[in-house]
Amino acid sequence: MKLIRHLLRTPGFLVGATLLGLTLAIAFLPPLVMSLDAYQRVGLAYLPPTAEHWLGTDHLGIDMVALLVAGLRSSLYVGFLAGIIATTLGTLIGVYGGYKGGLIDDLLTACTNLFLVIPSLIVLILLSGSLQEGRSLTLIAVFIGCTTWTWTARAVRAQASSLRSRDHVALARINGYGTLGIVFLHILPYLLSYLFMVFILQTASGILSESVISMLGLGPYDSISLGNLLNQAIRNEALSDGAWWAFFPPMVLITVIAFALYVINTSMEGIFNPRLRK
Amino acid sequence: MPSDSLCFEANHLSRAFGHGRRRRLAVNDATFTIREREIVSLVGQSGCGKTVLAKMLLRLEKPTSGQLLFRGRPIDAAADPREHWRQVQAVFQDPYAAFNQFFSIRSQLKAAFHLFPQRPSEREMEERVDQALLAVNIRPPDIEGKYPFELSGGQMQRMLLARIFILRPQVLIADEPTSMVDACSRAGILEYLMKLKEELQMTIVFVTHDIGLAYYVSDRIFILHEGQIVEQGTPDAVTQSPTSPVTRQLLDDIPSLHREWIGRAPRA
Repeated sequence: MKLIRHLLRTPGFLVGATLLGLTLAIAFLPPLVMSLDAYQRVGLAYLPPTAEHWLGTDHLGIDMVALLVAGLRSSLYVGFLAGIIATTLGTLIGVYGGYKGGLIDDLLTACTNLFLVIPSLIVLILLSGSLQEGRSLTLIAVFIGCTTWTWTARAVRAQASSLRSRDHVALARINGYGTLGIVFLHILPYLLSYLFMVFILQTASGILSESVISMLGLGPYDSISLGNLLNQAIRNEALSDGAWWAFFPPMVLITVIAFALYVINTSMEGIFNPRLRK
Repeated sequence: MPSDSLCFEANHLSRAFGHGRRRRLAVNDATFTIREREIVSLVGQSGCGKTVLAKMLLRLEKPTSGQLLFRGRPIDAAADPREHWRQVQAVFQDPYAAFNQFFSIRSQLKAAFHLFPQRPSEREMEERVDQALLAVNIRPPDIEGKYPFELSGGQMQRMLLARIFILRPQVLIADEPTSMVDACSRAGILEYLMKLKEELQMTIVFVTHDIGLAYYVSDRIFILHEGQIVEQGTPDAVTQSPTSPVTRQLLDDIPSLHREWIGRAPRA
């Protein structure tokens, strides 16, 4: 409770939370108050912003606001799903290795290091590129989650292996708890605040990764995402036509979400880690 | 009185940590016996290996080499370590670190029943927890719904002892149980330990850096230095005519008032 009150008094956290709240509002509020159809043409291509269409239209004449709202939702979905997958995978592998120690730990660490040195963006591009059909948002999120869990695993392993030598773990052992009981009741609760921070960071990097591969034209086929909008804008000469409304708003949104999540993460680290508290 | 049958028997017991050049022996070639119903103190400075040795007796650390027998059988003879922990239990130095801060004290005391293949009924568990709390002079309502950080250090140390009253083991490894509490609580803790010994006819391995304290409570004292047992004997023999410079150093380090007591006081 005290931590939360402390957090609410941190300017960085407030800025991050406000920005994140704003982006969430943009993603979820407009469909409630106006009719938006991201697949409906409303005018000519690249119409500049007007009172009716606040951010003009894209190369097909579809309302940009509708596209942005849909794209933002997809990007958030991919980010959160990738964040959940990466955090869960990394946590399970890290905690188990860190607590068990010995050969199991060595094997899991070797495996983690192996995945860590493979540049994940290239793997993502190759994986997405190799799939001609069925590239969905969910599949992209799974790809991202499966390639970015490594550093979570490393960080969690370090924490778990320091926790395993603590007295409360020794007491749990002589109380007769097995590995699962100790990991879930006596190690994970101590890592919760840390894992929450890791999840936020993984979500931010998930959103950025999705934008990158979508911008390269390797994103999901069946839905609109912020990266997809950028890709369409580049391919359809929005830059040379001076149609800034086709690429500038998605760029701003991606930057704002990633910035908000990073700022929240940094300010939380300052609170949860007393050594960084001034 | 200590009996003649052996509780622990260690032959050339060693425990190493690290590999290669960083390999360090925490316990180095220790050979000793501990009899049933005996109180043995492991005395030494920080980092001398006394806690690692205690953890090996608890079956929390595996020896790297050598042999450790518990009641005539290798300590890891039973596949299920819970069999060992039903007989051998421990009290730790820092009670705040020994309890999980996320669960209430009462639920953690009840967790001790995990050791039994068949857990008693809910009512019996509650009753046994209440009795154990009363045994360490804590009224059960006083800790109802409380978490470790809401109790004082002395109270928390008594919670560790209440655990022992619940489990009623035959052997207790007490790892510096008095070093984190004030002098007043220390006397109380020692009193409870003696009460436990009387009630349960316990064997106690008392880990401490305070040779004065060890003198008062133990039947025998082992002096540890850099992983080796450099001296072992009765408290009188060890304090009156120490053979090792380490023991002399430990004796020199106790405050002078205390030292006079050792010279004068008849042993309890």
